[in-house]
Amino acid sequence: MIVAEQKKISEIIEMVSPYRKVLVLGCGTCVKTCFAGGEDEVAVLASLLRLAFEKQGNSKEISEFTIERQCEDEFIQEAAEAIGRNEAVLSLACGAGVQDIARRFKNVPVLPGVNTTFVGVMEDRGLFTEECLCCGDCRLGQYGAVCVLTRCAKKLSNGPCGGSRNGKCEVNPETDCAWQLVIDRMRELGQLDSLREYIPPRDWRTSNAGGPRKLFREDMVA
Amino acid sequence: MKEKPCSNLQKLLVNGEFVVTAECGPPRGMLKEAVTAKGELLKGYVDAINVTDNQTAIVRMSSLAACVHLLEMGLEPVMQMVTRDRNRIALQSDLLGAYSLGIRNLLCLSGDHQSFGSQPDALNVFDIDSIQLLSMVETMRDTGRDMSGYELSHAPRMFAGAAANPFADPFEYRVIRLAKKIAAGAGFIQTQSIYNLPRFKEWMRLAREQGLTEEAYILGGITPLKSAGMAGYMAARVAGMDIPDEIIKRMRGVPKEKAGEEGMQICLETIEELKNTPGVSGVHIMAIESENLVAPIVKAAGLYPRPAAE
Ligand code: SF4
Repeated sequence: MIVAEQKKISEIIEMVSPYRKVLVLGCGTCVKTCFAGGEDEVAVLASLLRLAFEKQGNSKEISEFTIERQCEDEFIQEAAEAIGRNEAVLSLACGAGVQDIARRFKNVPVLPGVNTTFVGVMEDRGLFTEECLCCGDCRLGQYGAVCVLTRCAKKLSNGPCGGSRNGKCEVNPETDCAWQLVIDRMRELGQLDSLREYIPPRDWRTSNAGGPRKLFREDMVA
Repeated sequence: MKEKPCSNLQKLLVNGEFVVTAECGPPRGMLKEAVTAKGELLKGYVDAINVTDNQTAIVRMSSLAACVHLLEMGLEPVMQMVTRDRNRIALQSDLLGAYSLGIRNLLCLSGDHQSFGSQPDALNVFDIDSIQLLSMVETMRDTGRDMSGYELSHAPRMFAGAAANPFADPFEYRVIRLAKKIAAGAGFIQTQSIYNLPRFKEWMRLAREQGLTEEAYILGGITPLKSAGMAGYMAARVAGMDIPDEIIKRMRGVPKEKAGEEGMQICLETIEELKNTPGVSGVHIMAIESENLVAPIVKAAGLYPRPAAE
């Protein structure tokens, strides 16, 4: 899923303060799963904002709405009416959702309520970890399904750096050394020898380094 | 290793000399004298001088410029190059520039992560890793082509080296990684500072077993400890450093004013062991801002005078 984290309330207050009527718009998919922007978070944030503005003696109308996905037109249309009644939208979706809403509604400012952090998983209760950089050229098969590009702090393709110690990364002792994970897994799979192979430099064109990416599926164009 | 040596350092190694290299960190400033002063301390006592590349991710005079200052003094530099700060385009360009200025030894590294430095807010590059950098240097040397396959007017014949840390984990992979570095083009290897001799010797044994010492020259890393505090700090805080408790105890066991001597003693014992370890071709002394210690170590270790450079 796409993992996001709600912005600090002070930053949100500052962003929305120029507007009298604000719609807090939730997204019911990834950000709901990571507790950043689903219906529940929308309700809590909206109440907090109402309280904060009331305290300031600032009369504002804060309304709430959540759609299934802010990155899909079909669902976005469901929010049209609510958006039309407001001066600004505070979107709790990931960066893609924020932009997709803005693309559909030209005359309403759309503000980000969360920081989109990474593509990851919930590894443990309340613990989310980054797993994928969306490089566009997946090599997980070579590395025992551990992404060294994402999870090694130095993006090393050919083995661990000299700082790997007791399974932890030199950059952050709280983080597993990705290469230790690769090696452990390859040993278990009986494929440790394949790590002797030299991996040549990447072609970064498939990544964001080649500019914003597009995917055109001719077969989908009916 | 059979063809004509690229550098004096390579020539000495080919001739079977037990070589001595030392490290020199460029200044956090632009004074040439800061480099030449270190060069003066090392002149005559070492065969080549490694010049670090923004080590610990702290901005310093560029390795390339500091190497040129040493060259002008008649010293032979080993330019260190990290992949943290430059992409492949800049790395190839700097390699060509370095060669044009007379630099003939290159140590290929990934580099310390920027979060350890003074500008942790910087973006890193890591377009390629140290092994891919070695391969790039080898390809340019052996085929005269850059990474795009473009044929250069001349092949920059650099003696390429790599670092190795026998003390990092996972141990079983350390020799595989060494083998990969050598296969990618490393003609010499400089190791992390050695305090844990049994582990180093085990690593060397495995390297010999795989025939790696026939394919590259291994120089053992030496860093003189100056105090018990330094030993404790390095053990706990420096990434990839392995200082066994006995060494820390030895440093703590002597009065403060004798700690330097004890550190020196440990160095000399280590060098003696290295001389007698099959497959070790020399030592690499990293005195970290105490370059004045290098000459006394080299002398006391019986490694002075150095063979004449050509
Ligand atoms: S310790 Fe492991 S994860 Fe961290 S930078 Fe080194 S190889 Fe990568």
